Amino acid sequence: MKEAIVSITDLCTSFDGFVVHDHVSLEILKGEVFAIAGSSGCGKSTLLREIIMLQKPDSGSIRVFGREITGLSEEAALDLRKRWGMMFERSALFSSLNVLENVGLPLREHTLLSRELVDEIASIKIALAGLPQSARTKYPDELSGGMRKRAALARALSLDPELLFLDEPTAGLDPLSASGFDELVLNLKHSLPLTMVIVTHDLDLLWHVADRVAFMGGGQVLGVGTMQELSKSEDPLIREYFYGPRGRAAREQAWKPR
Amino acid sequence: MPSMEREGALLRLSGKWNAAELADAESRFGQLSLEGVEEIDAKGIESMDTAGAWLYSKHFAGIAAIGMKREHADLVSLVSGMKVEGPVGKSAQGFLEKAGRAGWGGFEKLLEMLSFIGEASVHLARSLTSPSRMRWKPILHNLQHAGFDALPIAGLLSFLMGVVISYQGAEQLARYGANIFVVNLVGLSMLRELGPLLTAIIIAGRSGSAFTAQIGTMKVTEEIDAMRTIGIAPMEQLVLPKIIALLIALPLLTVYADIMGVMGGMMMSSFELGVSYTDFIDRFGSTIGVSAFLVGVGKAPVFAAIIAVVGCFQGFQVSGGADSVGMQTTRSVVQSIFYVIVADAIFSVIFSLVNL
Repeated sequence: MKEAIVSITDLCTSFDGFVVHDHVSLEILKGEVFAIAGSSGCGKSTLLREIIMLQKPDSGSIRVFGREITGLSEEAALDLRKRWGMMFERSALFSSLNVLENVGLPLREHTLLSRELVDEIASIKIALAGLPQSARTKYPDELSGGMRKRAALARALSLDPELLFLDEPTAGLDPLSASGFDELVLNLKHSLPLTMVIVTHDLDLLWHVADRVAFMGGGQVLGVGTMQELSKSEDPLIREYFYGPRGRAAREQAWKPR
Repeated sequence: MPSMEREGALLRLSGKWNAAELADAESRFGQLSLEGVEEIDAKGIESMDTAGAWLYSKHFAGIAAIGMKREHADLVSLVSGMKVEGPVGKSAQGFLEKAGRAGWGGFEKLLEMLSFIGEASVHLARSLTSPSRMRWKPILHNLQHAGFDALPIAGLLSFLMGVVISYQGAEQLARYGANIFVVNLVGLSMLRELGPLLTAIIIAGRSGSAFTAQIGTMKVTEEIDAMRTIGIAPMEQLVLPKIIALLIALPLLTVYADIMGVMGGMMMSSFELGVSYTDFIDRFGSTIGVSAFLVGVGKAPVFAAIIAVVGCFQGFQVSGGADSVGMQTTRSVVQSIFYVIVADAIFSVIFSLVNL
């Protein structure tokens, strides 16, 4: 049994009386690609934001790297923040910095490396994320949506995190770029010692990339397991998700040899 | 921390090769002479991340290594396989080039501004000739935010300005026993100059900046493009209501500022110089002609047009992201205050030529 890198127990969250999480419990294991799926507005992104301490849950416990993060002081939080990377849904690249500066920013902030070395390391991360080197001097508003996502990924990888969070990495990408992103995630998984947590409702990404998937709905985790296990689930919401027209296409696609 | 020991032809490496610990090793490795080193013993390397792997491949590539952990070796080969180009050279511009670019850029901005003014005038004329095209709701909305909501701050500041002028003048006037002339001082300076100017500056800071930030943010989020796609001219929906609202609001605010300023002066005169309220008002009516009031209020619509046009124009100049919104907002406030003061100076010259 691998050790759990994130474990969530009895998490409750509500906004103005609207219950987002109703006693959610989850475990994410070291080294796996864990996906959180579910329809829009089911609290996936909120869960992610709570794990990375951008939002506070009402009650319950979240342990990351074995440390309880609810009620942690800012200083203690900083140590944890350096050990994970987050790629936001809308990239959240700093618009006043070019790609190289964006990617190098965490290194410049948290290490004492020389400017030259920071630029070199940032260039490696940019190459790792599948961006051409010519993109280094471009500013975020000069990049296409897909390139912006890759730049955001490069920034999330900047400090060699043990834990990488991806929020809707393929949302808004054309199918070709999206499957390119699938490949990228698979490559990263093979080449770096990473645990990845992906929030998505992209079925292709779920089938191809995720080791385990948690399916959320109605404020609860309806099922956790591999995609094959989930696709056999009896839960009506999960069945609807997998056996709707798009779900079927993605499942058939996944069985074809690639 | 990464460390190394030399034993003849063998180089022993050890320690943690992580980004956080590399800073000092970076300079040490730079001075290292690798002559004669034939083999590297990497058994001692405890951990390695991509930054460490890069430093390793940068300095020790091509030297056979023994005992390196499998995952570290994978990382080194991954990193050294990456196609990374050299440092990004900042294009060096000479003084002449910089000056040329800045000058030409300024000239282009001026032309753009002129065409913006032209476009706004055409739309204004068109909607004045057919009032049914006028968008009343945004006009009223702007009137409330740029006009009515500014009453407290405009009133308070002019009141204080009246107090200050009266207080400063009091000492000088009392020395000559010319106490009553404080009425001329306060009346003329408030009505002719300070009332309109002060109000314009407050509104430039308050509403001009808001116009720029609003239009700029809408441009960043593509709302302006969406508006065009639906068939609404941003000029009509966003710019004209702001210009019209300020054209109405600023003269009214100026009148209010005049009243508050004179009241402030009146209060201070009765405190400091013993000029009673009745004497003050008596004297005010007989010495301050209506022309002083009209000269002041007459300037207000011009100031209003300057503030609204500069504010909106700078909003449309936003490109990119949050940074640009901030920059253009700053530029908007500075420019509109600058143009307001220039216009005020031009008015002074004109009025003195026609003896007003």
